[in-house]
Amino acid sequence: MTEKKFDPVIVGFFCNWCTSAAADLAGTSRLHYPASIRPIRVMCSSTVDPVYLVRALQEGADATILGGCHPGDCHYITGNYKARRRVAIVKTVLKSLGFDESRVLLEWISGSEGPKFARVMNEYTEYIKNLGPSDFKYLDSLGGEKLD
Amino acid sequence: MAMKRIGVFICHCGRNIAGTVDVKRVAEEIGKREDVVLSTTYVFMCSQPGQKLIEDSVKKYNLDGVVVANCSPTLHEKTMRNAAARAGLNPYRVEIANIREWAAWPHEDNPEAATRKAIRIINATIEKLKANASLEPIEVPVIRRALVIGGGVAGMQAALDIADSGIETILVEKEPTIGGNMFRLSETFPTLDCPQCILTPKMNDVAGHPNIKLYTYSEVDDVEGFMGNFKVKIKKKATFVDWNKCTGCGECLRVCPAHADSEFDLKMAKRTSIYIANEQAVPLKALIDENSCIRLQFEKKVKEGKIKPKKNVKICSKCADVCEPNAIHFQNNEEIVEEEVGAIIVATGYEVMPAEAFPELGGKYPDVITSLQFERLLAPSGPTAGIPRRPSDGKVPESIAFVHCVGSRDPQNGVPYCSRICCMYTIKQAMLVKHAMHDAAVYDFYIDIRSNGKGYEEFYHRAKEEYGVNFIRGKVSKVYRVGDKYRVQGVDTLTGRIVEVDVDMVVLATAAKGSSTVKEIAKKLRIPYDEWGWLKETHLKLKPLETPVGGVYIAGAAQFIKDITDSVSQGSGAAAKVMALLSKPELEKEPLLAKVDPEICAGCGRCKDQCAYDAITIDPVRHVSVVNEALCEGCGACSANCPTTAIQVVNFKKGQVIRAVDVLAEVF
Repeated sequence: MTEKKFDPVIVGFFCNWCTSAAADLAGTSRLHYPASIRPIRVMCSSTVDPVYLVRALQEGADATILGGCHPGDCHYITGNYKARRRVAIVKTVLKSLGFDESRVLLEWISGSEGPKFARVMNEYTEYIKNLGPSDFKYLDSLGGEKLD
Repeated sequence: MAMKRIGVFICHCGRNIAGTVDVKRVAEEIGKREDVVLSTTYVFMCSQPGQKLIEDSVKKYNLDGVVVANCSPTLHEKTMRNAAARAGLNPYRVEIANIREWAAWPHEDNPEAATRKAIRIINATIEKLKANASLEPIEVPVIRRALVIGGGVAGMQAALDIADSGIETILVEKEPTIGGNMFRLSETFPTLDCPQCILTPKMNDVAGHPNIKLYTYSEVDDVEGFMGNFKVKIKKKATFVDWNKCTGCGECLRVCPAHADSEFDLKMAKRTSIYIANEQAVPLKALIDENSCIRLQFEKKVKEGKIKPKKNVKICSKCADVCEPNAIHFQNNEEIVEEEVGAIIVATGYEVMPAEAFPELGGKYPDVITSLQFERLLAPSGPTAGIPRRPSDGKVPESIAFVHCVGSRDPQNGVPYCSRICCMYTIKQAMLVKHAMHDAAVYDFYIDIRSNGKGYEEFYHRAKEEYGVNFIRGKVSKVYRVGDKYRVQGVDTLTGRIVEVDVDMVVLATAAKGSSTVKEIAKKLRIPYDEWGWLKETHLKLKPLETPVGGVYIAGAAQFIKDITDSVSQGSGAAAKVMALLSKPELEKEPLLAKVDPEICAGCGRCKDQCAYDAITIDPVRHVSVVNEALCEGCGACSANCPTTAIQVVNFKKGQVIRAVDVLAEVF
């Protein structure tokens, strides 16, 4: 078991209008990226409750990505700004718990940026691989148990 | 409440999915779930038999929910929902698991991982689906008016077609005249029509059409609302002239002492400070350019306190003095007008990169100009009356070099794509030079000639055989000045020899890009665009006129550089889309909107602060949030900020998303 290659689990929340479309385009263009990215489509990055991100880490994900439209280009006018603030708060809280906040990533990927989508997924997976598995589930500050 | 009789349909998509994902194994794995009563595969779920399979299964197994694992929901969500609805299942009890774009294709190098990921995506989708509610679409009234942004040939065609169908259409153009870039051209390939002759009838039709409201020298300032109900603010820029009085006689132009570069002639000529865009402008109205007008500059400086005027100083008012209808008032008459429309077409066109962007090709010299500038010199209505003259000294050139692909197909110095129209217009320009000056030496440096249109290849051969244009296959590396001439250095790749020619003028076919104003407009409309300024269509092949924003369409070169034929076709195409949309009195709106549980809501107002649409109010009596369904767009920003989960987006409830996240995050 110890010799087994570390295959990270990364949960991706992709907004319907930009990053989901970029993921579609990356697929259509047959751009390859690791299957460690586990995607879920949400209507807007602003609908992603900080709880979703923490929950993913708690349930076993080594990292989470939130993908939205570029600043100023949000389909819902200002949703991505709201998401940016929420992610900043999540990162601050995680950091204060002694957790590496780089395991939460916020990226702006527009619908025409299929290649950027693939690049970010490749680079981030590589980054998390180097970082090693997440110890979030066993954090002392959370009592070492699942919060359900 | 949760669904217990779910049917899962896994599509092979020919070999697109099944070639990578082991669909049999996926079906077996999913079939093990207790809440799934049917898990099956089919070669093409979107085919008629595929849809029939859903219909029959819904009835046979009494399904209360359906997951179709196939392609992106942007393609077939509607197909599958309709199929289920035909069998009596509420369409909102159908969800798509995207295992083609999100699993099979990006992981085609790893079938095992792709298969496992497909299973996981389907499981997550089932978890989300289980708590979906049955919903009915919301009906909203439609405003039967349309807005077209951009008065080039595509925009005019669109506006005319919509107006002809009896729908009132608003056409907004940023320049003082409609006509766009086409009106700048000398002649059009491959027919050698004169654009001033073939476009003016259309321009006059637009101006005189009872159903078209024309705003020239105006810009879209702000857009609010949604499909069928847009509120648009249009900024009418300051003209300093009362256009209701101006007759376009042009007397003022003859007396104005101040000058500036002509926008219409692309700096190839000067115009007076009070000007009419061109002689055939529609509308034919004069306006003052604030930046060059002596009087307006003087008044501005006085206002800023930079100069103190002496008493009784006589400041220039020559134009106003000769204006018989008293139209010139020098007052800043900028104005914002509001219009309500149901649909919008964006037809903002293209620009070409400036010659200055290519200093190695001589872009810094006055006689090295872009093809679009050269069009003005070739145009009979242009500043040189159709006989090209060098901008530096006015000499009629005896030799001209044309350079193709300047910045095009060149990601380092310009853009990666082919600008599509340059080969044909350069061939045309070479021909027209020969028309104007029979003995001129014409050199045409090309990489490949791309003449893929009706009559285009024949046109190229005419230029070669009948007109004796020297076509040299090879890229130009350098253009520099030698005395009075310009030395063009390149290589002839057919003979392998270095070529050097000394010419009087060089014309660069610079790369086309989206209009410089398009990004601003796209942001206001919330439609995507790429780094070159081209608007992104919903689907390149099948929805080239649509954008992801309902009710907003694209026409002409705003989508990507295209010739007149294609622009006109797209203008008509986008018009047809608008007419279809506006043909119904009411539109169906997705019911996936925010909903408040008044039992839990404490009326704190945190959701209200998050709403970008002002769709949430606090009921003063019950002290709970209330959502206006007509305004809500269903983004869910409110739900993420609610401390009590009282406000949630229907069918995207927190419990649903968290159950899906649990499946996704699980370590296998």
